[in-house]
Amino acid sequence: MNNLDGKELLKLKIMAVKIRKHIIEMLFRARSGHPGGSLSATDALVALYFAHMKHNPKKPKDPDRDRFILSKGHAAPALYATLAESGYFDLKELSGLRKAECMLQGHPVCTHTPGVEASTGSLGHGLSFANGVALAGKLDKKTYKVYVMLGDGETDEGQIWEAAAIASHYKLDNITAMLDRNFLQIDGNTEDVLKLEPVVDRWKSFGWNVIECDGHDIKKILKALKQGDAHKGQPTLIILKTKKGKGVSFMENVVDFHGIPPKEDERNKAIKELSDSQKKLEALL
Amino acid sequence: MSDKKMVNPRNAYGEALVELGKKNQNLVVLDADLSKSTKTINFAKTYPERFFQMGIAEANMISASAGFASCGKLPFVSTFAVFATGRVYDQVRMDIAYSCANVKIFATHGGISVGKDGVSHQMIEDFAIMRVLPNMTVIAPSDAMQVKKIVNLMAEAIGPIYARIGRADAPLIYNEGDLNDLKIGKGLIIRDGADITFISTGTMVEPAIEAHDILKKQNISARVVDMHTVKPLDNSLLIKCAKETNAIITAEEHSVIGGLGGAVAETLAENNINTKFYRMGIRDVFCESGSPADLLEKYKLNEKHMVLFAKKMLK
Repeated sequence: MNNLDGKELLKLKIMAVKIRKHIIEMLFRARSGHPGGSLSATDALVALYFAHMKHNPKKPKDPDRDRFILSKGHAAPALYATLAESGYFDLKELSGLRKAECMLQGHPVCTHTPGVEASTGSLGHGLSFANGVALAGKLDKKTYKVYVMLGDGETDEGQIWEAAAIASHYKLDNITAMLDRNFLQIDGNTEDVLKLEPVVDRWKSFGWNVIECDGHDIKKILKALKQGDAHKGQPTLIILKTKKGKGVSFMENVVDFHGIPPKEDERNKAIKELSDSQKKLEALL
Repeated sequence: MSDKKMVNPRNAYGEALVELGKKNQNLVVLDADLSKSTKTINFAKTYPERFFQMGIAEANMISASAGFASCGKLPFVSTFAVFATGRVYDQVRMDIAYSCANVKIFATHGGISVGKDGVSHQMIEDFAIMRVLPNMTVIAPSDAMQVKKIVNLMAEAIGPIYARIGRADAPLIYNEGDLNDLKIGKGLIIRDGADITFISTGTMVEPAIEAHDILKKQNISARVVDMHTVKPLDNSLLIKCAKETNAIITAEEHSVIGGLGGAVAETLAENNINTKFYRMGIRDVFCESGSPADLLEKYKLNEKHMVLFAKKMLK
């Protein structure tokens, strides 16, 4: 979307709130799952699926589609809500998350859910999978792009750096990875668990084009995505500066909401907050 | 054994890939800095644009192969058996087996006849850890001729397949045309016999033929089955052999736990087949450096020991 007007941007912001509401409801019903990292990834997913990517929910296997790979598979609720709102499957499916006989597994599975490209949840695989997709695209002279979302804690994994090296070696400028830099992982602050800084220098030294961006400002995310697409000869990393639990005041930057779902009162409070935000945004339309 | 033509199964693999590459434009080959040993280098030289050198980074290679498959490519991924399975178990599990990716892992240097490099390079657990994965087919071709046929069958089959061959030159067992009807999952009776059946796979098929010949001179009639597919196991052939002969010996360059011997034991037990039964293989130990012949003798995996075990069981 080249010239996003104010109204379109507002609609995207409203979509982000809706997706956050789905996330809260899904995790409350499932009584398990990962709110923090789902909420922090939401704005980037909205930017990708509702404004940036070339994709058709009615043709999820279109060979020319842009691909999105959720390497941080525990943010599955955010992906599922985004896919459902995009039209890949019925919104009713969301209430089945993590239940037996449901298509929405606890972590994404490509054979179960339309629109899910790779089976993730075991951390560190997604960027490697993207390398295969990107190399195949170059081989076939396709113009599709491959977007990958990485958790910051996930980049503790050695495989990420194998993948980063190969993407750079083969000059995979059709890959844009997005790092959900919320500084929190299960056992605490990323810098205490296993120091990641200097993140920018690390990725640059691996031969990547690095862009830093407010990960909750959809307009800025879209600008960064366009810059990434336009950059030739190197893969791009967009460092999304985010807050874990973004959008729900009492979840923001609270590490315990990494893998603990909201209780009933917390769910009610969260939904109220999000509904209020939605109303305010809708009033501006 | 000496009068048989020796051919390296790895060379056969390299040649088969080149031929397949001509027919199948979707074929891509990935290797992790071992292309000279796995012989994927032949493909790399012929079709450089479809060969992907992935460096000494096997985890990335396996997940990337699934990415290729998701775009309709037919990836053959090669490295040594140790690095193609144990090192990358989680990647094979999630990205290939669970995801039903159309990826073919073709490993070389399986078993202990790798020899002098020692335990770090001797893979004796790969059948077990690949066999336990749902959706995964496990194959061990027995000679160069069979390698060529199997590579083509792997390309035709849809879904994840793991195949492994050894490092060393090996005598040709089959002639051109013998394997026209070969099917994945269907074992071959290659020597008939009534007293005992050797169920062998991969590098242990040739010694079983030798053992058959030695036993014949001693009036013992040994049947030899080339069980090239370890999973899915040809249960009906196995049960038939168990009923028609008096004893079953499995033979594999692999641990006796979880591989061909384990699979055969499971089938026999679940089908209430009461037979004399022995698993030839590595008996729950790590081996050591040594010449292939010395190791196969020490760990009782040659024709001499096949004869001894057979006679002991038939006493």
